[in-house]
Amino acid sequence: MEDLKLELKTKIIEALNLEDIELTDINDDDPLFGDGLGLDSIDALELIVLMDKDYGIKLTDPKEGKTIFQSINTMAAYISEHRTK
Amino acid sequence: MDGNEVYINQSNCVTPLGFDVKSNFEAVISGKTGIQKSEDYHQPVHISKTEDELLNQKFLEISKESHFSKLEKMMILALHPLVQQNSIGKNTPLFVSTTKGNIEALKASEKADALLSKPAQNVADFFGFTQKPIVISNACVSGLLAVAVAKRMIQAGAYQNAFIVAGDVVSEFVLSGFHSFQAVSELPCKPYDAHRSGITLGEAAAAVYISSEKIKNQQNILIKGDGSVNDANHISGPSRTGEGLYKSIASAMEEAGVKPAEVDFISAHGTATPYNDEMEAIAINRLGLQNIPLHSLKGYYGHTLGASGLLETVLAIESAFQNRLIPSKGFETLGVTKPLNVIRNAEEKEIHRFLKTASGFGGCNTAVIFEKVN
Amino acid sequence: MNTEYHISTFVSIKKNFIFLNGEKWFSVDTKMSFSEFSKSVYKHLGMEYPKFYKMDHLSKLGILAAETLFNHQGFSPEKEEIALILSNKSSSLDTDVKHQESIATADEFFPSPAVFVYTLANICLGEISIKYNLQTENAFFVFEQMNAEFLSIYASQLLHSGKAKKALCGWVEYYDENFEAFIYLVEKQGKFAHNTETIEKLYKH
Repeated sequence: MEDLKLELKTKIIEALNLEDIELTDINDDDPLFGDGLGLDSIDALELIVLMDKDYGIKLTDPKEGKTIFQSINTMAAYISEHRTK
Repeated sequence: MDGNEVYINQSNCVTPLGFDVKSNFEAVISGKTGIQKSEDYHQPVHISKTEDELLNQKFLEISKESHFSKLEKMMILALHPLVQQNSIGKNTPLFVSTTKGNIEALKASEKADALLSKPAQNVADFFGFTQKPIVISNACVSGLLAVAVAKRMIQAGAYQNAFIVAGDVVSEFVLSGFHSFQAVSELPCKPYDAHRSGITLGEAAAAVYISSEKIKNQQNILIKGDGSVNDANHISGPSRTGEGLYKSIASAMEEAGVKPAEVDFISAHGTATPYNDEMEAIAINRLGLQNIPLHSLKGYYGHTLGASGLLETVLAIESAFQNRLIPSKGFETLGVTKPLNVIRNAEEKEIHRFLKTASGFGGCNTAVIFEKVN
Repeated sequence: MNTEYHISTFVSIKKNFIFLNGEKWFSVDTKMSFSEFSKSVYKHLGMEYPKFYKMDHLSKLGILAAETLFNHQGFSPEKEEIALILSNKSSSLDTDVKHQESIATADEFFPSPAVFVYTLANICLGEISIKYNLQTENAFFVFEQMNAEFLSIYASQLLHSGKAKKALCGWVEYYDENFEAFIYLVEKQGKFAHNTETIEKLYKH
């Protein structure tokens, strides 16, 4: 699970072009969509694409994203359970 | 040259519902839609598409040349009757409004074939325009913005008249993009409805001829006021308070010297996404226009992108000429938080002036007030 | 009518150089890619705007040109009712190609919303509007080459009609590492006359 969390942080920084953010800046429990990372609605949609492309998880209801993308912890937990890649 | 009045003298359109304005108007009044299910794309989807064979047949009636793209054929067919009736002078411009032009060229051929000036120049060359075409590519307000821009240029004394053509075609390029935004409706779109769930893509071409003179023995449409203001909020989501649309409409109404009660109907943008329709409802209420009969035509044509602003204006003009309102197809129950007077029936109404609005990616908004004159 | 207005400031970005009012303002080793160049300029301008890194190349180019110009002006743009009238040749083709690549095959079909949103040239205007809070008139045109005559007439008419007090106009072009920006601020007072001839002269400078 720890590897997955690290992998997720790396992917998120790259996929969302978070240029000035280091891996150590993202804490596992921090709200991803709070003030910290400044993520917006397009970033949320990008994460849905990332889930599909890298882990084979298709989110049919984008509203599910709100709970799944709450933090690195919730994302990692969801991916571990549902990944097909 | 200032204070010159500018009129739309003639108009035309090419859509799945017909190759001229009269057939289109009759079709929408009787509730017909161009939207149908298609299996031709990455996933099954509803779209509104002109039938290729029928389009080619119609095109053969005016030219045997076969090298034009689908978009170019639609634009040429839309412009054709207008060019036949009005002369193209050395100085006469052609405004071309499109968001993606021949974007399918990216798949097949040279990247440069996808440049927007290509279809514009091909259409201009077909008719023998001397001036290079002016392409307006401003997301989904392009078709309406072209009217405002052309009118402003005529008022500036740059030209005496102008032709405007707008068009876009359905493509996997655009469809896939909207899918990535989770913005495509599984069923035909339902603007302003409580069960709306996104857009339906469509394709069309529309054209108008405008000038600083009225044509005798017919009705003309005065382009009375315009505004095209950005939300300055977000590149894909509209302003929650409808700032840009509010300012655009206010600017148009101020220039036209028109009060809310003097607007007879509103042809709004109504894409049927949760956010767009809500934003429009807010802006319209802020301006005191919530009781004015209002529709979106996207339930008949889908969202035709760069064509939409002009296509929908052309239908609104016919509506004004016929003094008959066009219902807002797909609407059943109001699904926005502010009241709107959505048109349910094709009722008769004395129409003197109407407001047309459009909004698009990048936070753009355009509004124009049109008035029927003899 | 064209004699009513003036150009107060202009910025040119060509081949890794930035000129402000005709003087060299910034330059880098010409072997830099646009990505590297744009990052250098961003830092040189002392910008702190994380959204910059999410933008496509066209929007980055537009923002850097606008920031250079507005910094020099020293005023707060949002109070100035500045219309945005920009143009280019390639529209958003550079990003269009990226989006097309993401949907090239049925098996690897992963369109990205962050890429798709930039497949419209007017997003460049949108980004400038957002950064400087310009709730103003805007329009994006596509021409085969910089069209000084059209822009000068349109901008003058817009100011004359009272729909804007000033206008930021010009050319912002980007395709496949070939880029060029030329933007200028039109207002009542300024060093240069606002007309076709002058704009062309400043553009070729």
